[in-house]
Amino acid sequence: MLHLVLFLIFGVVCVAGAVNLLVQSHPINSALSLVVVMGSLAGEYLLLGAEFVAAIQVIVYAGAIMVLFVFVIMLLNAGAEERTRGSRIAVLFGIPGLLVGSILLAWVLVARSGSQAVPVGALPGPPREIAMLLFHDFLLPFEVTSVLVLIAIMGAVVLAARPEAIEHTKKEG
Amino acid sequence: MVPITTLHYLVVAAALFVLGVIGVLTRRNVVIVLMSIELILNAVNLNLVAFSRLYGLHGQIFAIFVITDAAAEAAVGLGILIAFFRNKETVNVDEVDLLKW
Repeated sequence: MLHLVLFLIFGVVCVAGAVNLLVQSHPINSALSLVVVMGSLAGEYLLLGAEFVAAIQVIVYAGAIMVLFVFVIMLLNAGAEERTRGSRIAVLFGIPGLLVGSILLAWVLVARSGSQAVPVGALPGPPREIAMLLFHDFLLPFEVTSVLVLIAIMGAVVLAARPEAIEHTKKEG
Repeated sequence: MVPITTLHYLVVAAALFVLGVIGVLTRRNVVIVLMSIELILNAVNLNLVAFSRLYGLHGQIFAIFVITDAAAEAAVGLGILIAFFRNKETVNVDEVDLLKW
């Protein structure tokens, strides 16, 4: 019973936050509702028993990435966006597409509705086993990911730096 | 009293995914488009973790990799956005037409 209540609370908060992200016209409100989405998703992960992923979700997503977003919104000082009317082609293709998509989704979900129940904390996912997998079976992808993050950091610095600052560094070095 | 199945988590993930796609397609502000992409990645993560209950821990490992990639993507995307804003003073997607022929 508690599982159902918690799942419903987190799921409703999650989807409501996502809808609010789309409805708000100022980016900072969207960013804050995205934090709500991230937090309630961490709750869903905890219900599934994936404690480590829930912790990573809060630290990396709700912490680091959202701080980056809020920082950039403050830096650009972007105001509320003005809406334009949707084009006719978008309405022509979008509404039938959405209808077909949701019918397809509903059909798949109904056809597969006999899946087994999830008890609370069903996953055997303690950080110890995840570390065993990450540093043993997935060691090469893990190291490649670290190279990827390094390249991303350097790319972000090069992109965001002023051109004259880069010239200055070249002369110094 | 309905038991919570994997299907329920998939429904939440599908809703998040659709909302993210709508955000990418309809919003003009690049920052909000990037946030909608994060929403899509989160929907995929929820699917991976929900399925990892049935098929072992590998789904959670993949979710961790997806989170890492999302961080890298956000950093590079926002860096491009800052470089673009410095040149053209706008954050609207429909005004980003440097490559339009």
